[in-house]
Amino acid sequence: MSDTEKQLAEAEEPRTDRLIRMNMGPQHPSTHGVLRLVVELDGEEVVSCKPDIGFLHTGIEKISETRNWTKNIAHFPRLDYLSPMNNELCYCLAVEKLLEITAPRRAQYIRVLMSELTRIISHLVWLGTHAIDIGAMSVFLYCFIEREKILKFYEMIGGQRMMTAYMRIGGVAADMPDGFEDEVDKFLDEFPDRIRLYEGLLTKNPIWIKRTKDVGVISAEKAVAWGLSGPILRATGVDWDIRRDNPYLVYPELDFDIPIGENGDIYDRYLVRIEEIRQSIRICRQTLDELRKMGRGEGELDYMCRHPKYTPPKREGVQDSAEQLIHHFKYWSEGIHTPVGEAFQNIEASKGEIGFWVISDGSELPWRVKIRPPSFVNTSAFEEMVRGELFADIVATLGSIDIVLGEIDR
Amino acid sequence: MTLMDIVWAAVRAAAVLVVTLGGMAYLTLFERRVVGFFQRRPGPNRVGWQGLLQPIADAVKLLFKQEIIPRNADKFVYFLAPCISLTAAFMLFAVIPIQSNFAITGIDAQTSLGLIEDVNVGLIYILAISSLGTYGVILAGWSGGSKYSFLGGLRSCSQMISYELALGLAIIPVVLYAGTFSLNGIVIAQQGFFGSLLAKPVNLIALIPIAIAGVTFVISMFAETNRNPFDLPEAENELVAGYHTEYSAMKFAMFFLGEYVSIIAAGALAATIFLGGWAGPLWFGPISGIVWFTAKTMFFLYLFVWVRATLPRFRYDQLMKFGWLVLLPVALLNVILMATLVVFGIGLTPA
Repeated sequence: MSDTEKQLAEAEEPRTDRLIRMNMGPQHPSTHGVLRLVVELDGEEVVSCKPDIGFLHTGIEKISETRNWTKNIAHFPRLDYLSPMNNELCYCLAVEKLLEITAPRRAQYIRVLMSELTRIISHLVWLGTHAIDIGAMSVFLYCFIEREKILKFYEMIGGQRMMTAYMRIGGVAADMPDGFEDEVDKFLDEFPDRIRLYEGLLTKNPIWIKRTKDVGVISAEKAVAWGLSGPILRATGVDWDIRRDNPYLVYPELDFDIPIGENGDIYDRYLVRIEEIRQSIRICRQTLDELRKMGRGEGELDYMCRHPKYTPPKREGVQDSAEQLIHHFKYWSEGIHTPVGEAFQNIEASKGEIGFWVISDGSELPWRVKIRPPSFVNTSAFEEMVRGELFADIVATLGSIDIVLGEIDR
Repeated sequence: MTLMDIVWAAVRAAAVLVVTLGGMAYLTLFERRVVGFFQRRPGPNRVGWQGLLQPIADAVKLLFKQEIIPRNADKFVYFLAPCISLTAAFMLFAVIPIQSNFAITGIDAQTSLGLIEDVNVGLIYILAISSLGTYGVILAGWSGGSKYSFLGGLRSCSQMISYELALGLAIIPVVLYAGTFSLNGIVIAQQGFFGSLLAKPVNLIALIPIAIAGVTFVISMFAETNRNPFDLPEAENELVAGYHTEYSAMKFAMFFLGEYVSIIAAGALAATIFLGGWAGPLWFGPISGIVWFTAKTMFFLYLFVWVRATLPRFRYDQLMKFGWLVLLPVALLNVILMATLVVFGIGLTPA
């Protein structure tokens, strides 16, 4: 029996002292999926709170070893299904590092654009569910209306609302459709008004402040010690963002601020995320301008780098030459053979740092894909945040961590 | 008391019961449509024209659902709890005057179906009955045999008891002003308010404590009926569904009914005590009493829904703090203020 199993077995035993043991989940309306929390209460005060994970185990890491490098892209959006493109992006960057290829500039800008739009939808779902956890039900629907608009962009560019598999090794699946820039622009013009609406309902609302200020606090030192990342870490005052501190893609060329909080409580996490949405809008605007300026074309202006082995050949080429046809057939049927080696790439996903560690034995299948999901690490510090708080704060704190069980259980 | 009197009383009670049940059913639709409007979605609009048959469909569904009784439930109490909740909610309507006392027959309110019984301690009766509703909640929480419902029941119990104090104190200034506990008497007193200004303009000062009392009353009513932002007993997010987590089918529906009936009762009560009930500035024949009364009640019902769509929820301890440290002292000081005014000759009672 492992330690966790022992603890959980202990949790099943009846208690005779004054503590109440509550079993929250896995079918609980606000554990955001199928998380189980074994909570011990003294009255309404939380004495201990043990997260029990594994109810959504899908074996994505293991499945990755049985699909070839390209096909794997299709199931990584299912990890953190609320910010699908960030997962794809991180995997593709890791494989590209292994293959030692880089995407063309245009592809990189498209990637940044989609990555930031993804950050916005992820934060919108977080805001909505977090608000409904604390009882403000309208915010939930307001957020989902806007999210739906971005999912339309997903559909325009990748053909599906969520699981697009749009990022590919060496670039993206296709260039943006005509009129895409204008549609996104229109959305970005209207969207700040919506943020003002959410803020109007929450930021200065005394009940919201009472529920979130000085609740679920974690100090900067502890946050670093637990390995937290993303908005939770920044809310404690640690100025750390991989987009700036360990840059990837074209982020160094873009101008954006990284909001940080002070107290590390739920309210600061809320403020940090709202400001991140605003910064994402700024980044999206800059990428759109840049994309318009550069136009479409070959080489750096292509949406996919043209490597003879690692990326699919162009359609025209396939029709013209037998070699290209063979390459096309081999690429789609067998996949690509990566060099022996390993690569690690981490990016700033919407929930924190996501990392992919890919190991290749030279075959067309990955030997191992290890994922470092932000939710998993952030949830581990959950007990630290809620110990000594009240029962209702469990829900508020859990909402503020912004977990997705898909990537915790993988 | 003749046999005829008893028959009349039964007819009046049946009439009020039927109207309230119908009103409750359509309040659910009203709430869902209005919340839908706030949230930019249509709300239920499929069953019948504009969703008007939705409440009936809901009722049929709940009636035919399978009843699940938890194994470790205390059966008797488990059955009793929803009955108490519903009965207590309906009983509130017994003393609320719906129609003026000279409307249809020109005789008095009781014979004109205006109210069931004009009790001279109407307000005290209401306070007593609304406390009874707490029993339904705490018994339900305890008998379900689940920790969630138990915690929900406990929370609800302490919440209702705390807010009942503020509620009772909020009513007292009105009673001091009107000099009666009868709800019909209070309406008549309010009707006479503007008339009394001619003779005694200083009566206008009475509006200050009455307004404070009104605000206190409405806030307490939100807590008393377990509505957002005080809907902690059934805080869906930490306690699943609070005290009625273990209830299903019609027993759940009875809690639901009870809750909505008490919301209507709360609205009707606020309309009667603070907005003049059936009295209105415009008199247009026998039905005008009902029209004014309904309009004022609807205003409060809309307020209930509006607040629900807008505000987040308090935390349990914050709610108790708010009740004991803010609402109660305010209500208490307000009583003193009104009493002082009455001593100095303001109000309908002779000093």
